[in-house]
Amino acid sequence: MIPLSHYLIVSALLFAIGTAGVFLRKNLITILLSVEIMLNAVNLSFVAFGRYAGSVDGQIITFFVMTVAAAEAAVGLALVIALFRTRASLNPDAFTSLKW
Amino acid sequence: MTSPLIALIPLLPFAGFVVNSTMGKRLPKPVSGGLASLVMLASLAIAATLVWQLASLAPGDRLITQTLYRWMSSGEFTLDVTLLVDPLSAVMLLVVTGIGSLIHIYSTAYMHDEVDSEFARYFSYLNLFASFMLVLVLGSSLPVLFVGWEGVGLCSYLLIGFWFKKKSANDAGKKAFVVNRIGDYAFLLGMFALFAMFGTLEMRGIASAVAAQPAETTFGLLSITTLLLFIGATGKSAQLPLYVWLPDAMEGPTPVSALIHAATMVTAGVYMIGRNAVLFSHTPETLLIVAVVGAATALMAGTIGLVQNDIKRVLAYSTVSQLGLMFLSMGVGAFGAGIFHLYTHAFFKALLFLGSGAVIHALHGEQDIRNMGGLKKYLPLTYWTFVIGSLALAGFPFLSGFFSKDELLFETFAEGHTILWAIGAFTSLLTAIYMGRLVFLTFHGERRHDAPAAADAHGGHGGHAAHDAHGHGGGHGHGAQHGAPHDAPPAMAVALVVLAIGSVLAGYIGVPAALGGHNALGAWLAPSFAPPVEGGAIAGEAATAAEGAGEAEAHDEEHIALERTLMGVSSAIAIGGLLVAAFIWLQRREIAANMARSFAPIHRLLLNKYYVDEIYEATIVQPVQAVSREGLWRGVDVGVIDGAVNGVGAIVDASAGALRRLQTGSVRAYAGSLFIGVVLMLGYYLWR
Repeated sequence: MIPLSHYLIVSALLFAIGTAGVFLRKNLITILLSVEIMLNAVNLSFVAFGRYAGSVDGQIITFFVMTVAAAEAAVGLALVIALFRTRASLNPDAFTSLKW
Repeated sequence: MTSPLIALIPLLPFAGFVVNSTMGKRLPKPVSGGLASLVMLASLAIAATLVWQLASLAPGDRLITQTLYRWMSSGEFTLDVTLLVDPLSAVMLLVVTGIGSLIHIYSTAYMHDEVDSEFARYFSYLNLFASFMLVLVLGSSLPVLFVGWEGVGLCSYLLIGFWFKKKSANDAGKKAFVVNRIGDYAFLLGMFALFAMFGTLEMRGIASAVAAQPAETTFGLLSITTLLLFIGATGKSAQLPLYVWLPDAMEGPTPVSALIHAATMVTAGVYMIGRNAVLFSHTPETLLIVAVVGAATALMAGTIGLVQNDIKRVLAYSTVSQLGLMFLSMGVGAFGAGIFHLYTHAFFKALLFLGSGAVIHALHGEQDIRNMGGLKKYLPLTYWTFVIGSLALAGFPFLSGFFSKDELLFETFAEGHTILWAIGAFTSLLTAIYMGRLVFLTFHGERRHDAPAAADAHGGHGGHAAHDAHGHGGGHGHGAQHGAPHDAPPAMAVALVVLAIGSVLAGYIGVPAALGGHNALGAWLAPSFAPPVEGGAIAGEAATAAEGAGEAEAHDEEHIALERTLMGVSSAIAIGGLLVAAFIWLQRREIAANMARSFAPIHRLLLNKYYVDEIYEATIVQPVQAVSREGLWRGVDVGVIDGAVNGVGAIVDASAGALRRLQTGSVRAYAGSLFIGVVLMLGYYLWR
């Protein structure tokens, strides 16, 4: 039996990788993918906690998260395409005109 | 005893005020003026009834009260609105309602050139004024008196500034109000001090409390209190140093001058001292100040009156001077004589003001006596009534002013104040001279136009025609072209004649023992100046005892001889003064001019009223204005208040300018701050 802490460590690592991706990568699509990684890190810890507590609540919530993630991916990618059409760039630093 | 009628006396004029001020615009002149006069006459009738009732009571019981309602109630302290008619307020009631009625009637003619709404506004103010004056006279406690006191101050502002389109009238109104406020402030302080000392504001209560104490011979707390009350009186009654508003108050319509500045309002201070006679007699130090201030005012105003050229201003200064004599009398403890002079003065001064109003009316706004002369043949009625008033004021034997002034001076002398008596006598001489000058310059000789052109601009009466009264653009709307000056119309004539009769006869209720009378007025008033004693009968005894003592004293042969001597002196002074005036201004006009030339500095000093206005302007008005402008306006208002408001705005603006730099537009920065925020919050809960 793999102890709970291992799942949590993996989940934390995945979350950290996703966060780092959001902040460090310069491509919007990659950033979206990083967000997905963060969501899945959270999913992993939900499932692990659910298993540990002996209930299915964690798995149910995971399904919700997956649904939201799918919707988010659809909207996010649509936005990315729209942005690319207007600015011909995928670098988030190119989209800073909405300031001050 | 009580009577439900008393409240009607002030309420009737108040009702007149309400009607005229709300519906006056739509009422034709005869209705609004008639209504105002009628309510005054009704109030006079009620007052006369009450005084009749009062007179039928025993001398010690003469007190009619009516409690309207409880005004304040706080802990131990209660204050009812109580109206009170006693011998003193009875005299004042008759003066205010009687002379007030005549002035209302006179005004219906004097103001007939005003448009309907202005006419109604005028009468509404006049009624309101009378109403407040009656409250002042009837109030049994200081706060109720103070309501009337403030009310007449307000109405004097409204009436002096009645022609508010004229800047000088506006300024005069403001001056009157502000100067009065200074006195009122001291009066309030005096009231607080009395409350702190005696725990009551009922004047009779204070009188009985104070009567139980010995008189305060050193200048202590009680003296300061009465001095504060007296400062209030100097504001209202135009004494040094607060008299300056009264001469300027002549900017108002002339009947207003008669009503407010001769017969009623300015007497409020004298009345207040008489009403608190017991209190004041317990502070001899203050009384001495009162006497000295009164004498000084009388002398100063009398000398100024000698050289003034505006007919109303001469009368105004003579009012100030006569008020000074009344205060002198109050100050030497002769309260009865002071009230007596107040009462006779009300008749002849109202008569003189109304007479001068008739002259001004006839000349379409001309007020400068250098432009008058020879009016005797055009205005016979005005002339003869004016002469009677002048003689009465000058103290011509056996007219009303003679009895009162003589008694006043006699009491001063008898109390041992020889110097003050001398000042008073000299003032009488001045009075006779300037009244003679006024009469001779106005009515005798030929019609003149001597005033220098610059003086013609006074009061905005523009457009003096070259040769006669034609085409004077009257300050109160006389547009029509008239021929020779016309005498007073009937409504004015009635008032003049009645007042002239009063000026002759009013003195006969106070004929002194020295002339075979028994000074009925003095005896009538005596209970009002004695401390109230529980149980009317005892008070009666006390009063009769005092009266008896007074009579015993009066019957003293030496006393009578002294009084007769002094009477002779003052008659000689009055007649002498009139003769001097007649000689100078009828026979040898050049004497006056020569004297003015050879004593040029003094003449200029008097003509400029001792530069008192200028001194006040430099020492008080200018510093106050400078402090207001530099300190309060530029410092407090602009600096602190505007500074605070603008400062808040500036701080918000600057901090927002700094903070908006956070709004970089970079999505990643927002995400980062969000992330850090979540981490910090979670961290706080995890490791706290």
